Amino acid sequence: MSDITEIRWHGRGGQGVVTASELLAEAVLEEGKHFQAFPDYGPERMGAPIRAYTRISSSPIRQHCQITEPDAVVVLDPTLIGVVDFTEGLKDQGVLVVNTRLSPIELRRKLELDKGKVFAVDATRIAMDTIGRNIPNMPMIGALLRAIEVVGKESMCHEIRNRLGTRVASEVVEANIEAFERAYNETKEG
Amino acid sequence: MAKVMGKPVALNGDRAVAEAMRQMNPDVVAAYPITPQTEIVMRFSEFVANGEVDTEFIPVESEHAAMSACVGACAAGGRAQTATSGAGLAFMWEVLWVASGTRLPIVMHMVNRSFSAPLNILCDHSDSMGARDAGWVQLYDETVQEAYDNAIQSVRIAEHPDVMLPTLHALDGFILGHNLERLELLPDEAVKQFIGTYKPMYSLLDLDRPVTYGPMDYHDYFFEHKRQQVAAMERALEVVPLIGEEYGRLTGRYYGLMEGYRLEDAELATVVLGSTVGTTRVVVDELRDQGVKAGLLKIRCFRPFPAAMVAEALGDKKAIAVLDRSLSFGGQGNPLFFEVCTALFSHGFSPKVVNYVYGLGGRDTVPAQIRQVYHELIKIDREGVTGPTLRYLGVRE
Repeated sequence: MSDITEIRWHGRGGQGVVTASELLAEAVLEEGKHFQAFPDYGPERMGAPIRAYTRISSSPIRQHCQITEPDAVVVLDPTLIGVVDFTEGLKDQGVLVVNTRLSPIELRRKLELDKGKVFAVDATRIAMDTIGRNIPNMPMIGALLRAIEVVGKESMCHEIRNRLGTRVASEVVEANIEAFERAYNETKEG
Repeated sequence: MAKVMGKPVALNGDRAVAEAMRQMNPDVVAAYPITPQTEIVMRFSEFVANGEVDTEFIPVESEHAAMSACVGACAAGGRAQTATSGAGLAFMWEVLWVASGTRLPIVMHMVNRSFSAPLNILCDHSDSMGARDAGWVQLYDETVQEAYDNAIQSVRIAEHPDVMLPTLHALDGFILGHNLERLELLPDEAVKQFIGTYKPMYSLLDLDRPVTYGPMDYHDYFFEHKRQQVAAMERALEVVPLIGEEYGRLTGRYYGLMEGYRLEDAELATVVLGSTVGTTRVVVDELRDQGVKAGLLKIRCFRPFPAAMVAEALGDKKAIAVLDRSLSFGGQGNPLFFEVCTALFSHGFSPKVVNYVYGLGGRDTVPAQIRQVYHELIKIDREGVTGPTLRYLGVRE
């Protein structure tokens, strides 16, 4: 069971946290892998801090519980820094990926974090530049994949097109792909 | 029936059930949306609007009306289904008994939710366990795949001429209902063939053979009719695995009344149902790696309860913990515990058995809690003292 990758997503209602957790899971479907994606169960309100989870594994996943010791934590909203203890339970070798204007080193200092790997990207700016709205979920998926190769980039792009394609105009889909790609390239490790 | 290739998809439990309903294309679906079942009704009503099913969909004004409409539709000779959760099931209460007492093979997709108060929309089994005496066959789903599989099998169980009882399958609200998992869907045609065409024995609409449904039935025959319901439940013990076997030949996924996991040579066992079974499997494997003889008994079919099989499977164990996700206030235990103890005692076994209540109102049940249960079983076995029978897992005291 050691090959399960466990990811915890933090954000605020309306930022696409649950969608991000699901998109990542759906992207591995084609790779023949197993997955779970689920929100932290509760009433979701616009702006309220929320969590979601994704598990990915090459074999069937049997446990049905929340993730308390994640391999990766993704933070979609910079205003959660200092508000929510999102590094709680993060494995020593774990990965923290944060939407922030801070550099990875500044972020470490602010969080007083000396373990794991820290990745930072200004996903809000990327989302505003590309999609034109502050929905940082696509860039943050890009940033996560830069940090851990839990799913192939091709599979991910395919899934984004697949899921958004039926709901929004094609230029919006491509704007999301651009956001994803840009964040993948602009994410910094420290 | 030869095995067919399933199609791997990503769906949450609610959507998987809605897909099964689309494929089954019932004559009537009467339902009222309630969290965490809402997505089933929402999705199914889309299928209706898109013409993907030719079901008569009745968006009723309440759950009482939902079950009443199912009773009417089923008595008229139709295949009727509904879906609900928590307070919705409570609002159906009196009609649940009408459905079973009238021997109507209605199928209900039950997404478990706790009962208020305090207000809570999250999972526990207070709702379906509360309805344990309502005369419905009850199956419990471990995974999203099982939610889909049990939804389909429920129709065959309910409509089997030896059974003719309403059947529900229960999936843990949010934990399965809102959890996206990989599962395999059967081709539409395979589902259609598996469930076949429903041929009602007595239809209200069969004007050549008029029948009466729901007449007065006092001290002269009421008791005999209840005795017949008991007999039907007993026959369901044969039918549930029969259908599970046939479904297995089609899908490669075989289902029985219960399933032992590393249980045969186990000394310490837990008895679990629902989504926590999977979490327990993980812990059993860990403990086995450490040399602990841990095992698990999963109950798939709670009503009828496979007492003889349970006694046979657990009789030789040194210590047993039964996990309940609901409370029977003031009782000497809780629903699953009662069944297991009675099964053991009436078959001449008396191992040490304790009862844990867990996960009420959606409290997360993590491997550490299950580990704690086995460690307490180790202690019970080592010291030879059962200690308190009723225990609570993951609660602040």
